Amino acid sequence: MDPLEIARWQFGITTVYHFWMVPLTIGLGPLVAGMQWRWMRTGDVRYLRMTKFWGKLYMINFILGVATGLVQEFQFGMAWSEYARFVGDVFGAPLAMEGLLAFFVESTFIGLWIFGWDRLPKRLHLATLWIAVAGSVLSAYFIIVANSWMQHPVGVTLVNGRPVMSDVWAVLSNNTAIAAYTHTLFGSLGVGGAFLLGIGWYQLWQRRRDGIDTVDATGRVVVGEAPEIPGRDRGDHRVWLSSLRVGAVVAMVAFAGVAITGDAQGKLLFQQQPMKMAAAEAACESGTGFSVLSIGDPGSTDCSKVTTIIEVPAVLSFLANGNFTTKVRGVNELLPEYQAEYGTTLPNNPIYGSRAGETINYVPIVAVTYWGFRIMIGFGALAAFAAAVALWLTRKGTVPWSRWISRLALVGILAPFVANTAGWVFTEMGRQPFVVAPNPTAGGVDGVYLFTAAAVSPGVSAGELLFSLIALGSVYGVLMVVEVILLVRFVRAGIAGVMPVAAPDDPPDTDADGDAAHTAADRPDVLAFAY
Amino acid sequence: MEILPTVWFVVIAVLWTGYLVLEGFDLGVGMHLLVSARTETDRRVMLNSIGPVWDGNEVWLVTAGAATFAAFPFWYASLFSALYLPLVAVLLGLIFRAVAIEYRGKGASDRWRRVWTLALGAGSFVAAFGIGALLALTTTGLPLDANGDRVGGPWAWFSPWAIVGGLAVVGFCLVHSSAFLALKTDGPVRVAARRRTVAWTPLAVIPIVVWVVGVQLRHGSIVTWSLVVLAVAALVWGWVAARASCEGQAFAGIALFLVLGVAAIFGASYPVVLPSTLDPAWSLTVATASSSPYTLGVMSWVAAFGVPLVIAYQAWSYWVFRRRISGAHIPEPHAVLPAVRR
Ligand code: HDD
Ligand code: HEM
Ligand code: HEM
Repeated sequence: MDPLEIARWQFGITTVYHFWMVPLTIGLGPLVAGMQWRWMRTGDVRYLRMTKFWGKLYMINFILGVATGLVQEFQFGMAWSEYARFVGDVFGAPLAMEGLLAFFVESTFIGLWIFGWDRLPKRLHLATLWIAVAGSVLSAYFIIVANSWMQHPVGVTLVNGRPVMSDVWAVLSNNTAIAAYTHTLFGSLGVGGAFLLGIGWYQLWQRRRDGIDTVDATGRVVVGEAPEIPGRDRGDHRVWLSSLRVGAVVAMVAFAGVAITGDAQGKLLFQQQPMKMAAAEAACESGTGFSVLSIGDPGSTDCSKVTTIIEVPAVLSFLANGNFTTKVRGVNELLPEYQAEYGTTLPNNPIYGSRAGETINYVPIVAVTYWGFRIMIGFGALAAFAAAVALWLTRKGTVPWSRWISRLALVGILAPFVANTAGWVFTEMGRQPFVVAPNPTAGGVDGVYLFTAAAVSPGVSAGELLFSLIALGSVYGVLMVVEVILLVRFVRAGIAGVMPVAAPDDPPDTDADGDAAHTAADRPDVLAFAY
Repeated sequence: MEILPTVWFVVIAVLWTGYLVLEGFDLGVGMHLLVSARTETDRRVMLNSIGPVWDGNEVWLVTAGAATFAAFPFWYASLFSALYLPLVAVLLGLIFRAVAIEYRGKGASDRWRRVWTLALGAGSFVAAFGIGALLALTTTGLPLDANGDRVGGPWAWFSPWAIVGGLAVVGFCLVHSSAFLALKTDGPVRVAARRRTVAWTPLAVIPIVVWVVGVQLRHGSIVTWSLVVLAVAALVWGWVAARASCEGQAFAGIALFLVLGVAAIFGASYPVVLPSTLDPAWSLTVATASSSPYTLGVMSWVAAFGVPLVIAYQAWSYWVFRRRISGAHIPEPHAVLPAVRR
């Protein structure tokens, strides 16, 4: 087997997996911090319960993001040593900044937050969470800066064929990075919003199914309570309804955000990586129409095998240029340009080993870019639409009596995850055959590019790569199962799972719940949180 | 002498030292959870002694790796690709360790806890051993060709030094964490940890001394030899303090031993960062492996700002959690049951 192919699969799998935890961490973090902030401002115990519940799910997910992030950090050296040597002068810098300025903050303050309940003064405790969240958001910036440099190399000069950093501000303020960063943040918020929405819905539905909440003749909710079920009191209802509505609004705002920033990204992409965008549109010939449906040989990189059957005129040029008439260049026009500029075969350089002389295919797999782009937008739009519907359906204080919709709400949690994944697959696979994409005509530095085939570690054998792919793949698979089991367990347990002695919702009228005051958890020397 | 690459060589050494001193007791506690703890309460006391800080400590490794990438891309590329298999093991170990800490307490059954305790202990052991092997080999050399790539197949990196280094870090983690537990806990865990520190320290530090002295015999100078002497003095101080039940001094002595030992190793290796065992001309040095002066300059500003800040807030977090942990602080586990009518 070809080490290159295995290394690519491994990188793709581990990164996509990492990016299942990451958007949930980035999306949920600020929401939990916002809940705790509301609790501090209003003293309303509903927000304390929300903080505890969503905070627990946040932590379960966070840890897997940390664990898989380690693999990412070392993989560049392990499997892509030629890549690391080529780009190290400029690419290592944002990675090191991420570690020093973001990861340290994030993980130290997360520790302070989880163990700081009842230990730190309230304001300070809230601040630790905000700081940790800021760390996450900052880490996303640095890693996107690194990734965007591969899409649009700037701020370097070529010295002995190697890019050497000459302007760190150009790297940090790369227009591709700004667009991708804001886009990714909104994409992550969408994940957080849908998460709140789906789980809030499920809880409200459970309360209805168990006959705790009912509706009156006008459809308004009549909130009840079930004293025999821990946590299912009247305040419980408010927790889930607030979560649901906050989640729905966040999901809608997030979609507006990704649409605006995505549009900006698209416009840059048409200039910087025209081939990627042409493939994303299955646009063989130059033109102005946007393809709604193109069919043909999936997996093909040959344009003549794809036919566009539904097309909206002029939209493509609007996406690319902001007007309706400028033609957008298609694959057939771009291909000769790439071949003239970068050659038709891999050069006879020892770096390419037995691959030297192979024909270079400049067209990415059209089906992947085409569908990746549409799945991203489609599933994002779907989630936003569902969120709007959910707001409407719950306007009278609870969810409709339908098991079917409640299942749909849970499955809907996945939609923004799918959109995010599709977005990355499109971005990364659309960049092929380059790992550092050339874009000299759009502000990039001429001559700075690297073929993926040249990036892999020359000394590492296919066997080693295969071993690690299988080992990491199976461990990741098992951990995904464990994470989902745990999330499901804590979701089903609701508030009682995270606050065994639930805080009273209304100010205690008498010492009615006197027995709760004497449990171990209330003794001042017992940790409020412990592993 | 090249100023900036040398500065960055020191920064990398500091990051590795920080990692070993801090994560040393995290990994050691992980192993002790498996081999030394007697009861479930003991295990939870041990785990919670590192609970708030272990994740922050792990980032020293992430940053050591990333800083090597930024400042010495050729070192990063050659070292990590040559040690592909051991690094896979380290990563798997760290993954299991991290996940086990978080997930262990989230299931109620004994089996669940046993499985995660095993993952925690074994993961910590593998990670410590692998990191030790990696550090030893970066000081004693790898079969690298002119391009810096490993020759001789997946196991070509193996040499007795890998074992010495692995045992060195595992041994250090075990005694360092005993001293840590004696300092941070109360009750039976504290007593047992104190006893272990006294009993095991002389034995557990043998591999690390072999490694340090081995490096000195090849490249040592007056300065690095005196560091070795100071390190041994610190160790003796720590051990005597442990016998006298001065827990703070015992911990400080053992930590200082490591700091001085690592300084002696890195000091003797300079200016070579990664020797080639095939041809000394192919060895990577601070000059040949480093990034451009511009990049190093930028990173120096970042480090000058970042490193003190990190040390300050991590120190603060240790201060916040300075209290000793004992069985009385551990909340009862509670079952997490679905909130539905049955
Ligand atoms: C919930 C997630 C989500 C949603 C709804 C969208 N995106 Fe997106 N998109 C991403 C999540 C994402 C992402 C995973 O975050 C990517 C991958 C790389 C990146 O920077 O962001 C991405 C990449 C990405 C790229 C590729 C950039 C490149 O290859 O350099 C473009 C052109 C767009 N997006 C455009 C859009 C447009 C016009 C959207 C429409 C409304 C849209 N995205 C919705
Ligand atoms: C700093 C950030 C990133 C860097 C430096 C990076 C770099 C790379 C490299 C070196 C490869 C292997 C070469 C190749 O086959 O293309 C790759 C492939 C890939 N990456 Fe990224 N990546 C980054 C972020 C991401 C993220 C966040 C994701 C998605 C979650 C992602 C998804 C993929 C996928 C799917 C592939 C496989 C593409 C293929 O094999 O054709 N990448 N990336
Ligand atoms: C291939 C590129 C990537 C590398 C090398 C990488 C590296 C890492 C590492 C080492 C960690 C663990 C930090 C710790 O121990 O606390 C981590 C976690 C994290 N990363 Fe990544 N990462 C990559 C892609 C991304 C992307 C594209 C984003 C965001 C857009 C991102 C955002 C985060 C966040 C928010 C965390 C915190 C923990 C969590 O994810 O739950 N990472 N990453």
